[in-house]
Amino acid sequence: MVEVTLWGSLSAVAGGKAKHEIEAKDIRELFRKLAEQYPGIEPWIDRGIAVAIDGTIYRDTWSKELPEGAEIFLLPRLAGG
Amino acid sequence: MNFDPRFSGRKFASVGTRPIRPDGIDKVTGRARYGADFNMAGQLVGRILRSPHAHAVIKSIDTSKAEKLAGVKAVITAKDLPDLTDGDAAMYDILDNSMARKKALYDGHAVAAVAAIDARTARQALKLIEVDYEVLPHITDVDEAAHHHAPLINDQVYTEGLEEKPAKPSNITKRTQFGHGDVHKGFAEADFVVERSFKTEQTHQGYIEPHACVASVNADGTADLWVCTQGHFVYRQHCAQLLGLEASKLRVTSSEIGGGFGGKTHVWAEPVALALSRKAGRPVKLVMTRDEVFRASGPTSATSIDVKIGARKDGTITAAEATLRYSCGPYAGSWAEIGAMTAFACYKLENVKTVGYEVLVNRPKTAAYRAPSAPMAAFAVESVVDELAKELGMDAVDFRIKNAAQEGTRSSYGPVYGPIGIGPTLEAVKNHPHMKAPLKANQGRGMACGFWFNFGGQTCTDLNIGMDGSVSLAVGTVDVGGSRASLSLVAAEELGIDYSQVKAIVADTSSLGYNDMTDGSRGTFSSSMATISAARNAIKILRERAAQTWDIPVEDVVWEKGHAIAKGEKYGNLSPLSLKEIAASSGKTGGPIAGHSELVADGAGVSFATHICDVEVDPETGSTRVIRYTVVQDAGKAVHPTYVEGQYQGGAAQGIGWALNEEYIYGKDGRLQNAGFLDYRIPVCSDLPMIDTQILEIPNPNHPYGVRGVGETSIVPPLAAIANAVSNAVGVRMTHIPMSPPRILAALDAEREG
Repeated sequence: MVEVTLWGSLSAVAGGKAKHEIEAKDIRELFRKLAEQYPGIEPWIDRGIAVAIDGTIYRDTWSKELPEGAEIFLLPRLAGG
Repeated sequence: MNFDPRFSGRKFASVGTRPIRPDGIDKVTGRARYGADFNMAGQLVGRILRSPHAHAVIKSIDTSKAEKLAGVKAVITAKDLPDLTDGDAAMYDILDNSMARKKALYDGHAVAAVAAIDARTARQALKLIEVDYEVLPHITDVDEAAHHHAPLINDQVYTEGLEEKPAKPSNITKRTQFGHGDVHKGFAEADFVVERSFKTEQTHQGYIEPHACVASVNADGTADLWVCTQGHFVYRQHCAQLLGLEASKLRVTSSEIGGGFGGKTHVWAEPVALALSRKAGRPVKLVMTRDEVFRASGPTSATSIDVKIGARKDGTITAAEATLRYSCGPYAGSWAEIGAMTAFACYKLENVKTVGYEVLVNRPKTAAYRAPSAPMAAFAVESVVDELAKELGMDAVDFRIKNAAQEGTRSSYGPVYGPIGIGPTLEAVKNHPHMKAPLKANQGRGMACGFWFNFGGQTCTDLNIGMDGSVSLAVGTVDVGGSRASLSLVAAEELGIDYSQVKAIVADTSSLGYNDMTDGSRGTFSSSMATISAARNAIKILRERAAQTWDIPVEDVVWEKGHAIAKGEKYGNLSPLSLKEIAASSGKTGGPIAGHSELVADGAGVSFATHICDVEVDPETGSTRVIRYTVVQDAGKAVHPTYVEGQYQGGAAQGIGWALNEEYIYGKDGRLQNAGFLDYRIPVCSDLPMIDTQILEIPNPNHPYGVRGVGETSIVPPLAAIANAVSNAVGVRMTHIPMSPPRILAALDAEREG
């Protein structure tokens, strides 16, 4: 079980809650379970969500494991220049 | 990922040295081939007809007269680029931006295009195309566009991110919010509060090389595109999707690039060139004029930002809040969102809140520009930080040091930081001789901090060892700032050979697996990780070949300083085998020796910089001259320090232009008034002092060498540092970028008039 924090706009499509307890071993499972619970999140996942695990941002490594007790933060996937 | 990316703290032989770049001689002798330097036999000249109106319905387009003109081989409109985007809103916007479908949404929006035997015929043909427009009310100012009574640019847009879906459409496409704590409580605890509003005008990346390409669509469904781009694999995906081509049949080759800075991260005229070629059955060369580059490609957002910060008497910030409105052009974007994330990222804050609004305007589609959105937010925040330090009677650097984020701090955008460099950059600035140098009359000094995330991404690299022992390295990230040199150093480091033995190239899209584009300061970070991985895969084969040669177990062979060495006393008589020797006999030990790597280079390290700037302002003319400038930035590890310094200097130079002169100026008719370098003034060498640099190296724990990205952070502090310097020189807080002479004089007059 990991605690996931969503950024402000994303929490609006996740029942208005910023913090969620999810049973997920990696980023892929986290996204799948969030989308099952809150279908409104799916388009956001399609557009791109980055996952910060203990401060390190992962944009594409969906196989990245979510360690027990780690700080998991979802962020918009950003553009660079 | 098939290798361990963690920082190892190793000693370096090649990395950190400063050899000459492999593309240097070609560039200084004029041999390097840029986008417009490609030519094909039988190629036609492509030209685009652009809307003179800021906002207009396209009622009809009559191309019949143009089609009949001798020498014209194809004329296209949006009908020749049917919508194949399958509900992908972002791709639809790119398609509509390439060629307007129902409405022209800004002055310069493409509405038709021709391919002809020469430029003169193409220009004549454009004049023969008749477009019937119904002109609509337009809006170009970000604040006016955000008002509920503003003309609507898209009546299907309802603001996202609100708790309830709004009843009416709006030019505000999205609201985003970040932060933590309770800002109301925090402001109640403050002894001093400073609150101000700021504006920044729209600027262009100002790349010297215009967008240019040659497109060739063949009768068998294959196609080639030679193009100036920051990401040829991304261009292939975009063009294949927009034209209904199979990606594998479209080969895209990137040229040398005369600057991109984010403006060459998605397609503009390339789908048009391909559509023209498909219709004409011949190659088409399309090169934008400078006027087109300004009117129809890549500017950054114009912004309007409100900032409020409170602090206790002891200098502790108790609360910080910002509202940021960023223009997106006529298509949805996430530019204010990035501004809202970066605004307070330098600081340790218990109570922070930022709200961003994305605003549609009748201007060109906003594109990324080097740490996109962060410089404007930093300008507003760092200006208020400076003013608050004065109110508190504290030194501006000491105030920032007291409140600087550190390892373990919860960032204003959410996650907790790992090891970061904001504190060390501030300490370095505090101790820098620049801060103690005397100033003369009409001169002022300013400093400011900046933050950027940095990215990684999908990356693929091939390393091939020739039979003579030379090494070719094929990478898929376009070299925008010297990465072929830095990646050659990395290959040399891993293999234990000399830099001169390695030749790096940027491979085309048919020769290598997919690579994300070079953006987010990821070129050297990502491709160095893939190069390390590829080199280690090649070393595994080199060891196997040596073991085979010696007829001993491979486990007994190690790789040290470019040689295979048999470990153990029982192999005492075996001389080490060099890479060159193993390569020379490769034909008889199993064939070619190569290393390949495909990976996602995640885990990029965030980066911070602090800049110091001295200016002299002429109080009679309002003209400002930067007389001294110093950049201090954390690189993680500088693979090639000279090119890291170049990135620091380049970012500062662009920031100086943005701060003092550059801006898009629109007339009341919604037309751009200054679409050329004579009237849109970027800095030239004589405008700039020598920009001093200091590289700090706080290793990124998620890269074997500790590398962070370095390309973007350097443009984040300059607007603020220069604004603080000008404000200190003239004694008036400057709140509007650029601080052009008329704007400085107006601020001085307003101050005198009270």
